[in-house]
Amino acid sequence: MSIRHGLLALLDRGPRYGYQLRTEFESRTGATWPLNVGQVYTTLARLERDSLVVPAGEDDSGHALYAITDKGRTELREWFARPVDRKSPPRDELAIKLAMAVGSPEVDIRAVIQAQRLHTIRAMQDYTRLKAQAIETGPTTRDEVAWLLVLEQLIFSAEAEARWLDHCEARLVRLAESIGQADDDAPKRQADSTDSATHRPARR
Amino acid sequence: MQKDQPVLRLQELTRVHGSGATEVHALRGIDLDVFPGELVAVMGPSGSGKSTLLTIAGGLDTPTSGKVLVEGTDITTASRKQMAALRRRSIGYVFQDYNLIPALTAAENVALPRELDGTSARKARREALAALEEMGLGQLADRFPDEMSGGQQQRVAIARALVGDRRLVLADEPTGALDSETGESVLGLLRARCDAGAAGVLVTHEPRFAAWADRVVFLRDGSVTDTTLRSQAETLLQGGVAAQ
Ligand SMILES: Nc1ncnc2c1ncn2[C@@H]1O[C@H](COP(=O)(O)OP(=O)(O)OP(=O)(O)O)[C@@H](O)[C@H]1O
Ligand SMILES: [Mg+2]
Repeated sequence: MSIRHGLLALLDRGPRYGYQLRTEFESRTGATWPLNVGQVYTTLARLERDSLVVPAGEDDSGHALYAITDKGRTELREWFARPVDRKSPPRDELAIKLAMAVGSPEVDIRAVIQAQRLHTIRAMQDYTRLKAQAIETGPTTRDEVAWLLVLEQLIFSAEAEARWLDHCEARLVRLAESIGQADDDAPKRQADSTDSATHRPARR
Repeated sequence: MQKDQPVLRLQELTRVHGSGATEVHALRGIDLDVFPGELVAVMGPSGSGKSTLLTIAGGLDTPTSGKVLVEGTDITTASRKQMAALRRRSIGYVFQDYNLIPALTAAENVALPRELDGTSARKARREALAALEEMGLGQLADRFPDEMSGGQQQRVAIARALVGDRRLVLADEPTGALDSETGESVLGLLRARCDAGAAGVLVTHEPRFAAWADRVVFLRDGSVTDTTLRSQAETLLQGGVAAQ
């Protein structure tokens, strides 16, 4: 999650102070990515170090303002233009858990899958309810539209997870016998498969 | 909500297809209550018994054992006549394969159950046009099924199930032929119908559509393996879901 670029995008609309950036960031993303003020100031300090923002005096209430620089604007444009990198996907705890479960015969992997699916679908029900509320009030402001998009992102990625779990379950049922036999009397193979499971294949 | 009498109550429902070597236990002891205002989604792998459950709930198939109560009436022991009336009046059914009558236009298909139920032809048509309008099909009212796309036919079938004041709406994969946005709006309508007091059962493979339900029931080999209840949405986002 790029807080850096998020802040640059907000500053592109005019000078702002730290607490204000935090508030706007959260209302834009519906508080899905809560920031603490500390994170905001550390990020601002780094942006300033890299000459992407500069201090811009104080407002009437004495808040220290920051403004985006030309270099900052260029960086922001590039960020919007550049696809989000998929080469090093964020480490996914669930993928790691299932990979480990495959290598551990004493773990009931179907139970792991079933419990996760239940949890994931329940979360989707909750997001969907929030989404229904958002649609009902008719999103009009930019913040409201942004919130709806963020909610839908959560729904779609949870859905991808639920589908993947269905797929894993069906796949494992089909493979169950061969995996069991191969692993029981082949400790070396098992070591190999654990190894490859931790090094997730990079997608390109 | 729970204080009301359930619109649909399934009790120890079993269904065995065939006998002897070819025997299939499609349902093995299902208990399910659906209350007014509630939308229940049924999920599960292909062959797990979802359509069987729905056709029995709609009185289109009879269970091997167990009871099916629709608004308190046991439909497994109801007379043919009672059953037919119930099906026309109280139960809206969306079939997995639409089941439109090819010789009737979209509007006539939708109006048919109302007319059979004694509504005047003019009123039935007016209701049908309104229901089609709701599905975004106002323009296609006078087309025949074979002059419409799969998704359009599916929406006609949904309009037919929702027209009139159905207390129980049963839908088998109603979004199968719809794109993501259209499927969503159809789900929104089903949800609204339930919020207005109907009871709904939705069979779907799509987690995203199941998520509109108050409860999701997971079927596997004819049994319920899990049920989700909705939790408090507001607590979910506290602390940030995606903060890690
Ligand atoms: N008329 C029938 N005669 C024999 N077996 C049947 C009959 N109808 C259904 N079955 C069997 O009963 C089981 C449940 O079928 P059902 O149609 O309810 O599955 P489903 O969950 O709706 O699947 P899908 O997701 O593929 O629509 C399956 O094994 C099916 O083959
Ligand atoms: Mg089916």
